[in-house]
Amino acid sequence: MGLAERVASGDRRAAARLISLIEDGDESIRPELADLHCRGGKAHIVGVTGSPGAGKSTLIHKLAREWRQRQKTVGIIAVDPSSPFTGGALLGDRIRMQELSTDPGVFIRSMSSRGNPGGVAKATADAVRVLDALGMDKVIAETVGAGQSEVAVMDIVHTVLVVVVPGLGDDIQAIKAGILEIGDVFVINKADRDGVEAAQRELQMMLELDDEKAGWRPPIVKTVARTGDGIAGLVDEIEKHWDMIKREGLLEESERQRCRREVLELLKHKAVLSLLSEYGPDDFDALIRDVASRKMHPHDAVEKIMEKRKK
Amino acid sequence: MPIRVLVAKPGLDGHDRGAKVVAKALRDAGMEVIYTGLRQTPEQIVETAIQEDVDVIGLSCLSGAHMTLFPKVMELLQMKGIKDILVTGGGIIPMEDVPRLKKSGIAEVFGPGTTSDEIVGFIKKNVKQRT
Repeated sequence: MGLAERVASGDRRAAARLISLIEDGDESIRPELADLHCRGGKAHIVGVTGSPGAGKSTLIHKLAREWRQRQKTVGIIAVDPSSPFTGGALLGDRIRMQELSTDPGVFIRSMSSRGNPGGVAKATADAVRVLDALGMDKVIAETVGAGQSEVAVMDIVHTVLVVVVPGLGDDIQAIKAGILEIGDVFVINKADRDGVEAAQRELQMMLELDDEKAGWRPPIVKTVARTGDGIAGLVDEIEKHWDMIKREGLLEESERQRCRREVLELLKHKAVLSLLSEYGPDDFDALIRDVASRKMHPHDAVEKIMEKRKK
Repeated sequence: MPIRVLVAKPGLDGHDRGAKVVAKALRDAGMEVIYTGLRQTPEQIVETAIQEDVDVIGLSCLSGAHMTLFPKVMELLQMKGIKDILVTGGGIIPMEDVPRLKKSGIAEVFGPGTTSDEIVGFIKKNVKQRT
């Protein structure tokens, strides 16, 4: 039996191994992934993003617990950065999810970015496919909400949760740039702290400036993930968003958008690799030297690479 | 491909400094380290090892219960038919216990005074081929 088939029959070890092969960038599993893609599409994919320390892991733990109580199975993919110096990583998201680790209705996987920002979204998309095919009703993907690659991960989900905490004015400033637009549900976590009202006002104001997307005004939910306060209400809002997508016939559109982004992302990845390999690494280094020594503008360097292709 | 290691603390002691130092040393050696925190049951450890598809489990125990907990982890792995994970132990473990732990399948036991280079070296040399 192939790995994909084993995953579809509920084999957790096969799922875990397949995710490892995805992380390794093993090309030989492409047929398995294609198989999974064709079988999948049942899971509701939820993205959770927010700055470090916002309480994402704790929140996800509580969300998963709430969904388990509602008889839903939950897959979790937690992406953490790897060291740019050694490639090593310390993945600690499970510390806050301990009690879920023996629940047969939950599958948690920690992934590191392996120093390859473009690859994170790609690997996460395929890992989500594995958990979807494993039969998880909800698949949660978590990333630190900083940087292009993390935003790219949020491109592949149905519902995006943006988590902020009160008392960090700059935090809300930071989410203006790019993340505000992608949030479907906003969470003010650690809402037992001072400054909740201010944070809420500020968020509210910024959301009002934003165009309403397709009949959905992103709600703001206050939670204290540590105690579980507000979690049931948050799950209700996430479910409302999911219902809305399905009811308004937006699921097809949402899928098309997700797939479009994913194909474009893959294409970019491949195109860059293929262009660079055609140009040759030594010539490329020479080009970079010219740019660095101010003999050439980066635009012209890119033109040179493209020109060689045309010939 | 980076070696994936689960650093786990079975049992009830709260002493995780050693486990954290080892976790950091392994990370700095280029490994992906999954750290799960204190007070894990053998069942939790084995299930986590499966989901994370790790190559190595490093068990740390300072409560004196290693003779129960370490072999229990090995037993659960065997029950699940898992043979390709290297399991090591560390903590306050009397020399006379080591042979029995090794007999249960623990590949090596690292006591006080072990350098992190020794641990990294042992893992790199003994990590098993995925099956």
